[in-house]
Amino acid sequence: MIKKFDKKDEESGSGSNPFQHLEKSAVLQEARIFNETPINPRRCLHILTKIIYLLNQGEHFGTTEATEAFFAMTRLFQSNDQTLRRMCYLTIKEMANISEDVIIVTSSLTKDMTGKEDVYRGPAIRALCRITDTTMLQAIERYMKQAIVDKVPSVSSSALVSSLHMVKMSYDVVKRWVNEAQEAASSDNIMVQYHALGLLYHLRKNDRLAVTKMLNKFTKSGLKSPFAYCMLIRIASKLLDETEGGHDSPLFDFIESCLRNKNEMVVYEAASAIVHMPNCTARELAPAVSVLQLFCSSPKAALRYAAVRTLNKVAMKHPSAVTACNLDLENLITDSNRSIATLAITTLLKTGSESSVDRLMKQISSFVSEISDEFKVVVVQAISALCQKYPRKHSVMMNFLSNMLRDDGGFEYKRAIVDCIISIIEDNPESKETGLAHLCEFIEDCEHTVLATKILHLLGKEGPRTPQPSKYIRFIFNRVVLESEAVRAAAVSALAKFGAQNDDLLPSVLVLMQRCMMDSDDEVRDRATFYMNVLQQKQKALNAAYIFNGLSVSIPGLEKSLHQYTLEPSEKPFDMKSVPLATTPITEQKTEIAPVATSKLPEKLAPSRQDIYQEQLASIPEFQGLGPLFKSSEPVQLTEAETEYVVRCIKHTFARHMVFQFDCTNTLNDQLLQKVIVQMEPSESYEVIHYIPAPSLPYSQPSSCYTLVRLPDDDPTAVSCTFSCTMKYLVRDCDPNTGEPDDDGYDDEYVLEDLEVTVADHIQKVLKPNFGAAWEEVGDEFEKEETFALASVRTLDEAVGNIISFLGMQPCERSDKVPENKNSHVLFLAGVFRGGHDVLVRARLALADGVTMQVTVRSSEETVVDVILASVG
Amino acid sequence: MDSPILEPSLYTVKAVLILDNDGDRLYAKYYDDTYPTVKEQKAFEKNIFNKTHRTDSEIALLEGLTVVYKSNIDLFFYVIGSSHENELMLMAVLNCLFDSLSQMLRKNVERRALLENMEGLFLAVDEIVDGGVILESDPQQVVHRVALRVSSTSFLLSSIHQCVLQSAKEQIKWSLLR
Repeated sequence: MIKKFDKKDEESGSGSNPFQHLEKSAVLQEARIFNETPINPRRCLHILTKIIYLLNQGEHFGTTEATEAFFAMTRLFQSNDQTLRRMCYLTIKEMANISEDVIIVTSSLTKDMTGKEDVYRGPAIRALCRITDTTMLQAIERYMKQAIVDKVPSVSSSALVSSLHMVKMSYDVVKRWVNEAQEAASSDNIMVQYHALGLLYHLRKNDRLAVTKMLNKFTKSGLKSPFAYCMLIRIASKLLDETEGGHDSPLFDFIESCLRNKNEMVVYEAASAIVHMPNCTARELAPAVSVLQLFCSSPKAALRYAAVRTLNKVAMKHPSAVTACNLDLENLITDSNRSIATLAITTLLKTGSESSVDRLMKQISSFVSEISDEFKVVVVQAISALCQKYPRKHSVMMNFLSNMLRDDGGFEYKRAIVDCIISIIEDNPESKETGLAHLCEFIEDCEHTVLATKILHLLGKEGPRTPQPSKYIRFIFNRVVLESEAVRAAAVSALAKFGAQNDDLLPSVLVLMQRCMMDSDDEVRDRATFYMNVLQQKQKALNAAYIFNGLSVSIPGLEKSLHQYTLEPSEKPFDMKSVPLATTPITEQKTEIAPVATSKLPEKLAPSRQDIYQEQLASIPEFQGLGPLFKSSEPVQLTEAETEYVVRCIKHTFARHMVFQFDCTNTLNDQLLQKVIVQMEPSESYEVIHYIPAPSLPYSQPSSCYTLVRLPDDDPTAVSCTFSCTMKYLVRDCDPNTGEPDDDGYDDEYVLEDLEVTVADHIQKVLKPNFGAAWEEVGDEFEKEETFALASVRTLDEAVGNIISFLGMQPCERSDKVPENKNSHVLFLAGVFRGGHDVLVRARLALADGVTMQVTVRSSEETVVDVILASVG
Repeated sequence: MDSPILEPSLYTVKAVLILDNDGDRLYAKYYDDTYPTVKEQKAFEKNIFNKTHRTDSEIALLEGLTVVYKSNIDLFFYVIGSSHENELMLMAVLNCLFDSLSQMLRKNVERRALLENMEGLFLAVDEIVDGGVILESDPQQVVHRVALRVSSTSFLLSSIHQCVLQSAKEQIKWSLLR
């Protein structure tokens, strides 16, 4: 056969592939010769090879044709040709899921696995286990037990690995082979040892005591197989993690001792295990790091890669521990393997001390032009992280980044740089002007609309507050003259912000606006006309509401409400307050530096978590008529982890009601719970109106029940309340295996932890991009002020954190970050109180022996001010 | 991005691939559902080939997976595992596969010789990895277990055949020149 193909090859040149133009139907036709007697092993072998090749190329075989070929193949068991027989095993495995009735070969395979030919036995076992199910497995159990302890390593290994595959399907049967596996674990063959250890662990992993015993045994006796050592190290580190064992435990000693193993694979596994352990001290890390340091200069790329990757992980948590390796890492920057070089740079940037930053940047700029865009993005991200660590070095970085910005590069690369510059500007007020100048220069010649609009938005926000706002106007207006519609529209919005904030610029801005009103694009004209009219009123409140701080409602919610309004026309004007608010505006928050490998999430368009809850709740008839959902809290756990039932609660706030959603999970496989409710006893004058039970709660399938509570009308200041909760249900015992419940059940109850409702549940976070304007807009009609002493708080950071989490409001103007070495700070918070009243809080904090706090609250409603002050006190 | 502790498991290998120098699949075996359909598999193979065929480095991180690879003449060998997997274990599999084939093909590891001994390749991979578990890492053992008697004789025959053909060609050429 093969010769025949050779001839063809000769004709069509040496590059051709004898399998290239295989036709599935032709091959299946050829498979008929399987039925000829006597069997021609050579030809049959070649046809089987072709079939497997086709399957391997992803060719689809229909059930009938596969079954036909499979049955023809079974005849080949009559031949005693070794390779042919082995190819039959392979065919069986490949076709196990495609063909029908594959179990007919069971007896042939059983014969081979117990026969005299050692070459057949291992593969026969693997093929047999591939086609066996739980009931059949019991029939061959005896042979499997024998095979596991067989003296021939290939037979024993095959039996052990096959058993491991079967654990998923028939745990109970395989469990009975523990003794045999135990015996195999003391085999001399390194692979048998490894496979036996793997099987033993899988059978015992839910029994911590047994795992501990097994570990003790093997760590003492010592193993020969490096693979088995790696497995032991993983088991040991998992056990250490679960038991939260201290690092003085014998398990840790064992892992550490593996650092001195002869085999690199084991040494690396041990080092990696130590590095990944939570709360490892620098002293414990040191030996692992020094081993990795040695690997950095290995001639093997895989080893260098493994070492740098792990050092990179160490650098995230303990940068100081890696500094010793800096020299080795610097050598790797020029490594021919890009992945190694990237990792080396990012690690260096993490570990570099403030003094070495300049040198490092110089080094990077020497080769940055030679590397691919993808790689440059990684470098920019590392630089961005470095800027956060050493804010004082911003001028060096800014220079470097602006140089990179001038170079050629794709969108992703430019975007990374722009993001990085923006984050530097946000963190360092001193760098604002240089940064903005660089960005202005960039948009003069920028082909990416998204970046241009983003920068224009930033200019509008930050520009008016710089000492010389007028110099940005030129850059912005140039865009109106030169760019596409989207950019022009963004430029108009930015201009309006300058006009609103700087009175002396207003006349010139108005002149420019007038020109924009003659634009060819309607969006640009609309914006210009709108801003023109608002600006001409010269009213602070209007400016604040329509120019600085846009809408804070959820977009899908607005769409739904408007649709509803058009369906049911009424005399009343559309009420903005009936639209659910947007949950914390994620896009405005500081852009986190995304890790290298994660893909970008689709922004905005996906409905937020709250919109999903809104849908869910609206589908329950009892909750209709509550109005729009105002706020949903984060889930609160009401049980300890690892209890019989796991319950968590999500608090949904409406205008006059609250709905408590209890997500319950039953972790007992011998019980079925029915009619589950959570009974709530309020401490204040809250009134429970309705319980909606979860009809049935089978094992491990979460389900929700709800409790509806009316908020007290008479006393609007009563915002906090404690509920004692009890879960009540009907228990029906059931068979853990089948899930079949008994006919009768009994009532039972389970006490949950108390649930707190606090002022934060009544306030939704809203970001006011320009807090000052919003503060003026609300006015001082209902302003109140009080001073508190926070004796227990030691730092300003802690105080700021506490206030934000207590009030559940959105910090504005980045006031949640306290600059270093200051003893006073002002925190700005914004939110909307239940019912749609804006609330603004200004907290002046001073540090002196505890923190003193002066809180000023403004709102459009007096009671709201009272509520906040009362709850703070 | 990183899970703190690896779940101890024997399932190490996610896939074994052999591509030719056009990036076409000669052999591919996927052991889990990372790429369930043929379309996704081929796309992944294309991506892998584009990223690796020009560089002679031996390891890369692609689509969140660790890929160790090796090329020889017109063949590209890949072993793929999770990004948390011990890179040296994957390397052991790759080396074992390559060394076994090298012995079976008499150091003649190139596309044509491999295609002529596909059954040997199928059997060897079957002996090295079983359902994602490393079954054997010693090339000697693998070659011994594959025990490719028929194929090795056919290989011998085919090489003799080639010699004969070569000399015949030579003779024809000379006769034409004369």
